[in-house]
Amino acid sequence: MSQQVAIVDYGMGNVRSVLNAFQAVSAPNDQVFLSNDPERLRAADRIVFPGQGAAGDCMAALRQDELDQVIAELATNKPFLGICMGMQVLLGHSDENNGTTCMNYFPGGVHHFVDNAEQLSGLKIPHMGWNSVAQTSTHPLWHNIPDHSMFYFVHSYYVAPEQPELTVGETSYGIDFTAALAADNIFAIQCHPEKSSTAGLQLLSNFLEWDGS
Amino acid sequence: MALAKRIIPCLDVDQGRVVKGVKFVDIRDAGDPVEIAKRYNDEGADEITFLDITASSDNRDTIYKVVEAVASSVFIPLTVGGGVREVEDIHRLLNAGADKVSINTAAVFNPELVSAASQRVGSQCIVVAIDAKQVSGPDEPLRWEIFTHGGRKPTGHDAVQWAQQMVERGAGEILLTSMDRDGTRVGFNLPLTRAVSEGVSVPVIASGGVGNLQHLVDGVLEGKADAVLAASIFHFGEYTVGQAKQYMRDHGITVRL
Repeated sequence: MSQQVAIVDYGMGNVRSVLNAFQAVSAPNDQVFLSNDPERLRAADRIVFPGQGAAGDCMAALRQDELDQVIAELATNKPFLGICMGMQVLLGHSDENNGTTCMNYFPGGVHHFVDNAEQLSGLKIPHMGWNSVAQTSTHPLWHNIPDHSMFYFVHSYYVAPEQPELTVGETSYGIDFTAALAADNIFAIQCHPEKSSTAGLQLLSNFLEWDGS
Repeated sequence: MALAKRIIPCLDVDQGRVVKGVKFVDIRDAGDPVEIAKRYNDEGADEITFLDITASSDNRDTIYKVVEAVASSVFIPLTVGGGVREVEDIHRLLNAGADKVSINTAAVFNPELVSAASQRVGSQCIVVAIDAKQVSGPDEPLRWEIFTHGGRKPTGHDAVQWAQQMVERGAGEILLTSMDRDGTRVGFNLPLTRAVSEGVSVPVIASGGVGNLQHLVDGVLEGKADAVLAASIFHFGEYTVGQAKQYMRDHGITVRL
């Protein structure tokens, strides 16, 4: 069975890597493509929502074409994977850029690691490199990925959802923070599965198999 | 568990081919960047760095094809450096599939490039490469300066201060090479590495001088490096990346194994 996998391309960072990785794990008949066209996104079977850069720029780019509304609509009805900034902007509010109002799909905030400076004690910012993700809940996207597998992270801000039960993966860097959260048809992850070698490719492959429940 | 210390093999690429004799016994084409990158990925490399040493400007576009080919078959971070002069060069490398771009000489002659680039593409994509040499005499406090042109030309910039300035301008990571040690295989310059790593808030990659696995351990434990970069010990098949990681783990360092 072929399927259409849309990667939302709204000009924020390197989406090419995400496309490359999905092409490597998808079936020959699957169509994986980059798009910012609402109609193509609506027609897709699955939505991948990546993002790099600053929250303020990211939200500005989304609002410019009212893509934020399209994303909010898609997030209600298809298997949906948020990656890095594509996870952070699903929260209510980010402290980045002197405060940025986000999509508020999940109530909660996005905070800078330095706000926990006493716990950091000499840790470098950004949190860059491979760190282990503890699978705090079972989820179809963790299938065949050993618990505490390492994934590649690059970020200075982390999400803090108001509902702790949304957290399905946790990572420690000075503090324990939510590395992955999930609700219904949405799975969102802070690290970069497209750059996380075997474990990351397995997660992307699991997403392509996931029925969103 | 904690953030792992990274091992980064570095490959010199000239006109689209890996040079400096990579000697894997069973590799079909030792000059093929894709095949070598795949091998290092299989061995557990945490990232790969390509240094484009193509001298002729006619052939400079070959690096983009190399990056495209590697990025579509190897799924770990890829840093590319060498000959980066303008924001547009950085943009093209990222579009081709690089995750980070390393700026070296251009940062010295045009520091504004670092600011402009990090604003355009984000600090997480910008590595500033620093080539430093010891300039203090035997009885003086240790001091290192930035050199250009393969370590031949002094710039008068203090290495630690320069690294701090680059971070202020938006460097997301510092690739620190000791020009005194590069190619000597006697180990990293540990006081230099430590001074820079403790002097900046961003990760520091130590480079220059690795001859054995203990050097990697020293770079992390004594030099306080966040990542270690090496070329010859891996290229010539003396050690695999996996052996290096096991050795580091045996010495109490968190690695991805």
